[in-house]
Amino acid sequence: MAKVASGAAPAAAGPSSRPAGSSGTGLNWLPHLVLWLGIAVTAFPLYIAFVASTLTPQDVAQAPMPALPGAHMVENYQAILIQGMKGTYLSPPVWQMMWNSLLMALIITAGKIVLSVMSAYAVVFFEFRGRMVAFWMIFLTLMLPVEVRIVPTYEVVSNLKLINTMTGLTLPLIASATGTLLFRQFFMTLPDQLVEAARIDGAGPMRFFKDVVLPLSATNIAALAVILFIYGWNQYLWPLLMTTDNRLDTIVVGITKMIGTGDATTNWPQVMATTLLAVLPPALVVILMRRWFVKGLVDSEK
Amino acid sequence: MQRRVVFPHKALPWLLLAPQLAVTLVFFFWPGGQAIYMSLLQQDAFGASVKFSGLENFALVLGDEGYLQAFWRTLYFSVSVTVLAMVPALWLAVMADRVVKASTFYTTAMLIPYAVAPAVAGVLWLFMFNPSIGVLAWWMKALGVDWNPTLDGADALWLVILASAWKQVAYNFLFFLAGLQSIPKSLLEAAAIDGAGPVRRFWTIIFPLLSPTTFFLLVVGLVYAFFDTFGIISAITQGGPATATETLVYKVYKDGVHNLDLGSSAAQSVILMVIVVGLTFLQFRFVERRVHYG
Repeated sequence: MAKVASGAAPAAAGPSSRPAGSSGTGLNWLPHLVLWLGIAVTAFPLYIAFVASTLTPQDVAQAPMPALPGAHMVENYQAILIQGMKGTYLSPPVWQMMWNSLLMALIITAGKIVLSVMSAYAVVFFEFRGRMVAFWMIFLTLMLPVEVRIVPTYEVVSNLKLINTMTGLTLPLIASATGTLLFRQFFMTLPDQLVEAARIDGAGPMRFFKDVVLPLSATNIAALAVILFIYGWNQYLWPLLMTTDNRLDTIVVGITKMIGTGDATTNWPQVMATTLLAVLPPALVVILMRRWFVKGLVDSEK
Repeated sequence: MQRRVVFPHKALPWLLLAPQLAVTLVFFFWPGGQAIYMSLLQQDAFGASVKFSGLENFALVLGDEGYLQAFWRTLYFSVSVTVLAMVPALWLAVMADRVVKASTFYTTAMLIPYAVAPAVAGVLWLFMFNPSIGVLAWWMKALGVDWNPTLDGADALWLVILASAWKQVAYNFLFFLAGLQSIPKSLLEAAAIDGAGPVRRFWTIIFPLLSPTTFFLLVVGLVYAFFDTFGIISAITQGGPATATETLVYKVYKDGVHNLDLGSSAAQSVILMVIVVGLTFLQFRFVERRVHYG
């Protein structure tokens, strides 16, 4: 047992920090209580959104809105998914926004992984002039997040005629210093004997890359992919700038457009249904791939 | 950082690096350089007249009362978000560390907000605190609390702080829990046998051993609050009422994209770059990249 021997815990200690000893001296329930409280606070906004998504706009408008789900769930989700928002702001159907988000997230994930695996392989397994320059150029991109160079980046993309295209939405985001650093670190740990053996067997660098390095990197790639998918799906500022044509709206951008300015005319049940649909894919990724997600977060530390 | 055994090719590594370097040059260095160049120019919104003006844009920005206010506001916002996201996370992690069974369930449930996009988190909190229909707004009114984020700047700032902290607790929780689990239990048992109570054990053993994690999360939290909260602010307040929730990043966006004040926006971009360089330096120079003991 990894727990502290409870017999040694003096009874005078404050209740909030008493260890849950194995002897059952009481307060075993405290950690559970605190954790449930934490989960309640965590889940509350999502619960409210869920309840609202099952009501009519009139139900939501009467303050306070009902605390339990209503009977309009299917019709709200169906309407928003198939027709989109109708009223003062006409949105594309939400399934289309979800498709855009999915495409963007997958392209960013695949792009970042391919680019960073290749770059890391180049700087770790080869000796050539300019190696450090290349490495530092990639490292420096950490210091240039899109938030600090909004206007000039927009201009570059607009000069390249990439506004309102999926390429413009994804290409500027697929450089990855974090990914390159991560794979560099991993490649450094591979034993030299592997390379020597490959060279003795006459395998060239590309063969070695394909048959040895890539299979060994599978877990790292999976872990990073989970983080990058969430990163890609949740993009906001860049798609907001890049797309004036709302057929290319991602679901995250689409929601903020649906709210508009006034709150009286907003169809809150439909907005909340869309919100939950926007949360669902990344949340499922976290739940179903928890191990890889945690590994990815800890590895990339960013 | 070089391996002992390497391949002798000279052209192949450049070929492998080419895509990443191309994207980096076109979408990072070119616009970054452009921002620096534009920050040194005086230009009207239509680009009709351009003249070199040295550091005038910087002087204007740094002499602007509004910018300095935004700077202090951003600092207040970032520190509040970071602390508010760290203290509950540490407490929850200490509790989760004690629960042997079902901790997978707790961890997973706690991690969900990390998956929620900042802009979407903003929408969720906006809905709860909407003065006319929000559930929490209604309860606060019923309890006699005067809280209106659409009219009162301080209320609005606290709303974006709460929403931002809510999203970041998950990340801190995960790292604190990992840190706690790597503390040798024998150390705590020895202290317990010597008669140190739980509070004393926490402050004299656990907390000091967690300090690399704490410092790491402090830097990551500040970076998050500075740069990743744009979506939250944009969805909840659009920087308002007036400029009450405008952070530096939001201001660059507003001045550059909406007000088309390109010189000022570029100067602000350059100032932000300096801040990022500082934070990145902190992260790599002083933060132990991995938490390890013994």
